Amino acid sequence: MNRWKNFNKGIFRENAVFVLFLGLCPTLGVTTSVINGVGMGLATTFVLLMSNIVVTLVKNFIPDKVRIPSFIVIIASFVTIVELLMQAYLPGLFDELGLFIPLIVVNCLVLGRAEAFASKNTFVSSVVDGLGMGLGFTMALFFLGGVREILGSGSFLGFKFIPGDGILLFILAPGAFIALGYLIMIMNKINKKTA
Amino acid sequence: MNYIIIIISAIFVNNIVLAKFLGVCPFIGVSNRVETAIGMTGAVTFVMVIATIVTYLLQHYILIPFGISFMQTITFILVIAALVQMVEIVLKKASPVLYQALGIFLPLITTNCAILGVAILAVQNDYNLIESVVFSIANAIGFGMALLLISGIREQLKLVDVPEPMKGVPIAFIVAGLLAMAFMGFTGIV
Repeated sequence: MNRWKNFNKGIFRENAVFVLFLGLCPTLGVTTSVINGVGMGLATTFVLLMSNIVVTLVKNFIPDKVRIPSFIVIIASFVTIVELLMQAYLPGLFDELGLFIPLIVVNCLVLGRAEAFASKNTFVSSVVDGLGMGLGFTMALFFLGGVREILGSGSFLGFKFIPGDGILLFILAPGAFIALGYLIMIMNKINKKTA
Repeated sequence: MNYIIIIISAIFVNNIVLAKFLGVCPFIGVSNRVETAIGMTGAVTFVMVIATIVTYLLQHYILIPFGISFMQTITFILVIAALVQMVEIVLKKASPVLYQALGIFLPLITTNCAILGVAILAVQNDYNLIESVVFSIANAIGFGMALLLISGIREQLKLVDVPEPMKGVPIAFIVAGLLAMAFMGFTGIV
């Protein structure tokens, strides 16, 4: 498989959120605005990339029976690093994302890639896979955050262009589910056309 | 009185799935049939309560006294992973019937963010041990209720003529959105 295909499968054909339905909790929980969504996406991309790299490097030393706990420890270490870095340098974003930062550990996407891809493939393709999957995830959060911010507060990236309050529902919990439902529907339609 | 507030708040007002977005993956993944939803709820309740007790003790007797609470994420997830494995082994020996019913769901639970989320929330809210237990049981009930509601609706949805690209997950999300909207009606009780 060539590099480009490996990279862009994470963005389209195997998009974590829209096609595989992995990592849904942070997707729904933090996308009240574009900034939060992209911040979460990039944090997850970092963890995904680093854990893919470490897993692919140590895959030959880990006995098969304890591989899942080992992967979890590797992932949890990087999540702790992200947590501490964010608390120090981006305290505003840290407060907004709150509980969902430690919960990157249980994002099924990260463990899923470590188990299904990085533990079976070479170093370079694991890096490419981690980047592609992470960016696909970030893109999904960007779209969902964009839809919710535009409809919910009439602004984009914090710039207000519609006067008034917007449709409050889209900032609240129900709007997250409904917006994601429609986005997945659109993605289904697009994937069917290209397939 | 305090306990009643915790229970009502966890089940209805701040429902773990529909308001806090924890455990959405199993909520969508195993809600095709009512039967599997019940199995999943049982397994989650079991692990969630035990995990909350163990992580509470760890936090207050090891992490805080030794000043290493930044290790919280790593310790908690390891405890949960080990617990799930242990529960699986014990159940297999002690109660094969229960193991048959819950077995396939147990491995999935390690990466169920509801478990880790409740454990962390119980610590963040400064609950004491009994409050933590009540909190975890109430959240498990809330999770089960949301799962049962949506699986019942999804069984009915199979008989309905849904537009082709909407079939399956997208329509499940929209139903979940409507459920969440209904649950918003409880806001303000507590």
